[in-house]
Amino acid sequence: MTQPPEQAPVGVIHNIGYRGYSGPRLGRQAVTRALFTHSLRGIFGLGRSGRSKVLPMGMFAIMCLPALVLAVVTVVGSNQGVITRPPLAYTSYAMVTQAVIAIFLAAQAPQAVSLDVRYATLPLYFSRPLERTDYVAAKYAALSTALFILLSVPIVIMYTGTLLAELPVAEYSSDALAALAGAVVYALVLAGLGLLIASVTARRGFGVAAIITVLALSYTLTSAMQGLFGHGQDNMTAAGWLGLLSPMTLVDGVQVWAFDAQSSTITGPPGTTGGIVFCLVTLAVIAGSYRLLLARYRRVRL
Amino acid sequence: MSVIATNELTKRYPGVTALDRLTVEVQPGVVGLVGANGAGKSTLIKILLGLTEATSGRCAVLGIDTATDGWRVREQVGYMPEHDCLPADVSATEFVVHMARMSGLPADAARERTADTLRHVGLYEERYRSIGGYSTGMKQRVKLAQALVHDPRLVLLDEPTNGLDPSGRDEMLELIRRIHTDFGISVLVTSHLLGELERICDHVVIIDAGVLLRSSATTEFTQASQQLTLEVTSGTDEVARALADASLQVRHDGSVLVVELAGDETYDLVRDAVARAGTGLVRLQPRRHRIADVFEGEADHDPAT
Repeated sequence: MTQPPEQAPVGVIHNIGYRGYSGPRLGRQAVTRALFTHSLRGIFGLGRSGRSKVLPMGMFAIMCLPALVLAVVTVVGSNQGVITRPPLAYTSYAMVTQAVIAIFLAAQAPQAVSLDVRYATLPLYFSRPLERTDYVAAKYAALSTALFILLSVPIVIMYTGTLLAELPVAEYSSDALAALAGAVVYALVLAGLGLLIASVTARRGFGVAAIITVLALSYTLTSAMQGLFGHGQDNMTAAGWLGLLSPMTLVDGVQVWAFDAQSSTITGPPGTTGGIVFCLVTLAVIAGSYRLLLARYRRVRL
Repeated sequence: MSVIATNELTKRYPGVTALDRLTVEVQPGVVGLVGANGAGKSTLIKILLGLTEATSGRCAVLGIDTATDGWRVREQVGYMPEHDCLPADVSATEFVVHMARMSGLPADAARERTADTLRHVGLYEERYRSIGGYSTGMKQRVKLAQALVHDPRLVLLDEPTNGLDPSGRDEMLELIRRIHTDFGISVLVTSHLLGELERICDHVVIIDAGVLLRSSATTEFTQASQQLTLEVTSGTDEVARALADASLQVRHDGSVLVVELAGDETYDLVRDAVARAGTGLVRLQPRRHRIADVFEGEADHDPAT
């Protein structure tokens, strides 16, 4: 029974002493999953200050807005009989909105890894059950998932518009699936490159600038040279091969060859050989950036 | 069972031998690890956590081999690094909950343990504020909390009193002592201030340049030589002569006398000598042999007895 009031005055916090923990201790897999969830939430600013939410949430909204407009246009246009197909191929959406994706990646890849380096929190992770490989896997998975969400939600919005407009379901369902598969490849490639650049620097600003530069510069140069070779010299084969040189055009090439999508650049990869090479290079970029990340964290001094 | 056992543990970096065939065994309790900067303290802790591989030799923590089962060791051990390691933009609660989950605790248990642990280290309302605004003392408490939150069987504390003011230092030492006495968790604590370790440790391990100098119970250090410090108002020389006549070993140490304690009768002899000299007794207390004396003696390779 409770003590009489005079012995237990109101407002006194009783020290109940130390209590041990005898509950379950989950293994490496559960810890890795917890780190994945924590990182994914962190990338969208959840569980962090309001200021950290502004940029990722804003970019997400900007990403969805054009898709929403296109969906409405599809529905209205189709009802009035002016539109017989979606105004933009689902697989081209990433290419069209690549500036938004680049800003999101540039801001949030350093958020996912640089902070642990800058605040020297890494030793606290690595003195716990998870291994360095688990850390890399969780961070890579988190950023890839975040990018996939960013890329796939607009596709789903546009697809919904197409369905509401009662355009041929079968044809556009396979298009939407192809675009979602393409979004997976985009997410893996961009997350790998973004994390790799961000993991090298403890300074968030450097990471942001480096990622923006790499993405924007490589795309600008590639598309300029493709134009030069393709239209200027009428050499579409060379223009096709040049697509290997920037992450965006590389994945677009994979979509063109593997998913039969319409190219968002002036020309897709040349022939079957070109298609296979684009796929292999994409796999190499994903595997390579993962391997380099592992090497980076194996070397890290604690 | 020994908490830590190393056998011929050696770690060589290019050009430097951080640990040189270190063989030491540590029993449950509060154990101090003493050594100058670069003596190999942090290297030893990293090997104990399985963060660094030893060049040769074996090492077991809680009976688990650190080289082969590193993650099983890390599940049962807490680590408080010497350097700053806290993100500035999250609150102490959020941070410690996350760290608890990283130790394998389920979400509910992590929250519950975080609330408990932060209270035990003395963080109350401020735990909801961002860590960036904390004082050094509060940050040290958060660092300690994240090391304790998963109820480990052993915590490794690297220089926990670094950067604290004298009162903060005392509170931290008191807390470290309680980790063992109240929480039942064994502690390995490093410091370069020997006086601190003397106060809280059951056992002290001294290493220098990666070599074990000495490993023994604190009582052995402090009771190695039993002496009394005696201070009188006047007639110090007279008292000293009287004590020497009573066949006690007496020497001057500044204005006080240091008397060898031969047995309980020594106290009576001192009392009588002071009374006969007709002077006032200001101070009579056991003079403890400081670890520092032993350490300095050993470091000069001049075996202190």
